[in-house]
Amino acid sequence: MRSSVIVFPASNCDRDASVALEQITGSKPSMIWHAESSVPETDLIVLPGGFSFGDYLRSGAMAAQSPIMKDVIAKAKAGVPVLGICNGFQVLVESELLPGALMRNRDIKFLCKDVQLKVERGDTIFTSKYNQGEIITIPIAHHDGNYFASDETLKELEGEGRVAFRYVDRDGAATSEANPNGSLNNIAGIYNKDMKVLGLMPHPERLISQELGGTDGLGLFESLVEALA
Amino acid sequence: MSEMNGMSDTTIISETEIPEPVAITAELIAEHGLSDDEYKHLLEIIGREPSSTELGIFSVMWSEHCSYKSSRYHLKKLPVDGPQVIQGPGENAGVVDLGDGQAAIFKMESHNHPSYIEPFQGAATGVGGIMRDVFTMGARPVANLNALRFGAPDHPKTSHLVNGVVAGIAAYGNCMGVPTVGGETNFDKRYDQNILVNAMCIGLADTDKIFYSAAKGVGLPVVYVGSKTGRDGIHGATMASAEFDEQTDEKRPTVQVGDPFAEKLLLEACLELMSSDAIIAIQDMGAAGLTSSSVEMADKGGVGFTMNLDHVPQRETGMTAYEMMLSESQERMLMVLKPGSEASAKAIFDKWDLDFAVVGKTTDTGRLIVHHNGVVEANLPVATLADSAPEYQRPFVKTPKPNFVAPSDVPATDDVLATLKTLMSGPHLCSRRWIYEQYDHMVMGDTVQRPGGDAAVVRVHGTNKGLAAATDVTPRYCYADPYEGGKQAVVETWRNLTAVGASPLAITNCLNFGNPTREEIMGQFVGCLEGMGDACRALDYPIVSGNVSLYNETNGIGIPPTPAIGGIGLIDDISTQATVALQNEGDVLIVIGETTGHVGQSLYQELQSGDFNGAPPAVDLELERRHGDMVRSLIVDERLQAVHDTSDGGLLVAVAEMCLAGKIGVQLDDISGIVPAGSFWFGEDQARYVISVEPSDSEALLADFVNKGIPAYQIGITSGKEISIDGHGSLPLEQLSAEFEAYLPNLLA
Amino acid sequence: MVSVLKSEAIYSYSFYQRLKKDTKMKARITVTLKTGVLDPQGKAIEHALEGLGFAGVDEVRQGKLIELDLNDTDKDAAMTRVTEMCEKLLANTVIENYSIELE
Repeated sequence: MRSSVIVFPASNCDRDASVALEQITGSKPSMIWHAESSVPETDLIVLPGGFSFGDYLRSGAMAAQSPIMKDVIAKAKAGVPVLGICNGFQVLVESELLPGALMRNRDIKFLCKDVQLKVERGDTIFTSKYNQGEIITIPIAHHDGNYFASDETLKELEGEGRVAFRYVDRDGAATSEANPNGSLNNIAGIYNKDMKVLGLMPHPERLISQELGGTDGLGLFESLVEALA
Repeated sequence: MSEMNGMSDTTIISETEIPEPVAITAELIAEHGLSDDEYKHLLEIIGREPSSTELGIFSVMWSEHCSYKSSRYHLKKLPVDGPQVIQGPGENAGVVDLGDGQAAIFKMESHNHPSYIEPFQGAATGVGGIMRDVFTMGARPVANLNALRFGAPDHPKTSHLVNGVVAGIAAYGNCMGVPTVGGETNFDKRYDQNILVNAMCIGLADTDKIFYSAAKGVGLPVVYVGSKTGRDGIHGATMASAEFDEQTDEKRPTVQVGDPFAEKLLLEACLELMSSDAIIAIQDMGAAGLTSSSVEMADKGGVGFTMNLDHVPQRETGMTAYEMMLSESQERMLMVLKPGSEASAKAIFDKWDLDFAVVGKTTDTGRLIVHHNGVVEANLPVATLADSAPEYQRPFVKTPKPNFVAPSDVPATDDVLATLKTLMSGPHLCSRRWIYEQYDHMVMGDTVQRPGGDAAVVRVHGTNKGLAAATDVTPRYCYADPYEGGKQAVVETWRNLTAVGASPLAITNCLNFGNPTREEIMGQFVGCLEGMGDACRALDYPIVSGNVSLYNETNGIGIPPTPAIGGIGLIDDISTQATVALQNEGDVLIVIGETTGHVGQSLYQELQSGDFNGAPPAVDLELERRHGDMVRSLIVDERLQAVHDTSDGGLLVAVAEMCLAGKIGVQLDDISGIVPAGSFWFGEDQARYVISVEPSDSEALLADFVNKGIPAYQIGITSGKEISIDGHGSLPLEQLSAEFEAYLPNLLA
Repeated sequence: MVSVLKSEAIYSYSFYQRLKKDTKMKARITVTLKTGVLDPQGKAIEHALEGLGFAGVDEVRQGKLIELDLNDTDKDAAMTRVTEMCEKLLANTVIENYSIELE
């Protein structure tokens, strides 16, 4: 499986994403600098976490205008799977590959901790190794993860089964206490219409070994290997 | 002269040209922080009246911050050597060997005053500065820590200051993508007007790719990289000087604003350039910016520097040589490159969208010559400038030895578990989660022990080795007895590293004190350093870097002596690391070391009697070493389930922290004997650890301790979801946890 | 001894660019959150103002002010350009409104 990680100025989880991809897919991803005009032939594009362009103006806004994004958008529209993690999710909404916006966390503060997520469906290329409704632990680390969308958009997302992950408590309930950032409908991640583009605020690449505190992030990458390798 | 391109440097300037002297007044000298004697000394050195730029350069080089004039005499007595030390104090940061061709490069630095004035930016730029010190030497920063002291929790400014400082540290470290993995936070009314923000950074480098600041070689290009220079941080007092009277309408910021985005780019650009062999010397432009970086690089290389400030990238218009030499604008570096490598180096900085400018060259004249607008603004002898800073042996009085407080000398608690709950839900011991959850402590994917334990551990990337780090000092001990307090600060980091299974390697420090011209403050300084030195020698745990912050004082009220220590250690195999979290029910809990119920300067004493007094616990360095070495070897042999060092709050607090971390309760025996129960459970005797072990191994383990002559006592069994003590009732963990977690969010909301 | 500074003169460029630039117009863009979009920062400010004893403060909304110099001379052309800047980058029209002032 060939994967490509896009590197923006001040991306800072590009190495983490690369380590996870190499560990799980068995081959090193190509690291693509944002100023390039095209992504080489690839099975998966990853937009990593970080503070692209310092998060200045709005998180992800300037990265969405980077030269490489034209080709990322074109490839996504042609069906190449795209995974945006954290800042990568912010870039995906700013570039309109995914709907909605990611606003400042409800409590204004940056928040780094493990959260529980409910896997809303287990039949996508990103989640086949999980069970539908499975509750997994994945860390978040963000300042702007408060998902917002218009009522129509929300209805559409829910109606089309495009919510990928939801913040829940240990019993699987999407309560306000379990919602770390104020996201509407406790949304932690969403798909595009053809379910090939996933953006999520939590960092699955951070929990891929027991030494790091857990392995619940493995499933996402293993699902991709199953679907794309 | 083929390299001349004729655009802006056609003027040929004589190396012997003397700059225009400034009109000297007593006021001007005082505004530059120079004493009359120091000014006379300056005149002797240069043999003429200085220009304004030269006066500025001297004032910076002879400032306490750059010259360590009050502290240097005593700092020289600290142990700085060891087989593991690659570079001790004197460079941007200290370097220790980790084996396998890798080194840890680390330092801690204060940013106290700026953080009090503007907590967010003050703390942020403190973090930015310490990271530059580390990556200047070729290391990729892999962990940040901090040591923070704030005023009383109920002081009206405290919440604002904590919120700002924590957000500032978070903003900078998180954007840089370097995990902030540990640290400590204290509240004490004596910091009301003088908070302390000490930031520590640890980086990893290959031992054959460490970069130093000595600019060896003549005719080499001197290159400025990073952000542009503005009028940041030029000291308020010097701004009032006659030279700037016409410009007083333009209010200049004295607080520097950090740009972590620029620094992230600078980090990547520097590391990229460092992978080639273009760099001969490199130095961060930190405090005192271009002045101290150029003087130090030239002095260490035994060369002169000739610089043309016309080429310095500038953010503001009309800047003078004085301003450029003194500016503290952030995110800048000065480098000396191999001739011919300029173009390839520039290409890297262009890629990262950073300024790159050749601003001068090294010479064989031994002089620092500064040109601006075709005029020589400074012409000074480098070696004299670097070495001639005053060194004071300030008079001091030793702090009188305090009296011992007997265990029965504090009003005894009649409810040990209620006291436990009170202590753990108060400012000294409550959960620091509100703070560390604002720091990205997992980025880089190597954090194998997160904040909240004895020491943070990050994996050495790509290996099974772990780098452990902790910051510690107990200021109330240092205030009561500087010598014992100095020892204790060093020892506590050593114990914390030991408790995760790391072999302690070396320390850095931030020596925060009051006004050194007061004899009792100088006495605290001298006492703490003696204690630190003895502890470092006894533990083979040298000091490889650090900084001194004096004059932390407002209206004659100084802070308690606060020599913050940052220690690092190495774990050979992270699969053997220990944590504070209890693992299983039915394990046997054992305390290592003697519990005498030492209550002097304990948190229990403050709670029961309203204040801290008397002697702090004595630190027996030989016992510390013996107990710690034994605990570490047991961790490495994987015989321990959980380990915790015993410090603030004593034995019962240590046990409770292990319970909360593991979500498992304990049944404790009452083994206080003749010691009053409260003093027994909350006394702060040193050289102690609590361990939990599998029941099948507990007898053998206790025997092993006996054989080594180390006191070890079984104190209970892990079980259930509450802490119970024989004859003292029980406390549900859920209840303790709720109050433990609630204090900071309530205080700081 | 006489010597000459080596110069790459990289930095003179920005200086000449500044001289060349004949600024004709200033644009001031105000970006605000749309009504109905929760503004956590505005809420925090409101809370802090209350804490300081300022009673009767409601509906605090935080926005952004962006100023830029333009070398356009034609106001309509400038307005078209700045509007495009807002649509493309300066505002996120999913959650934000913007208004433009030219002077």
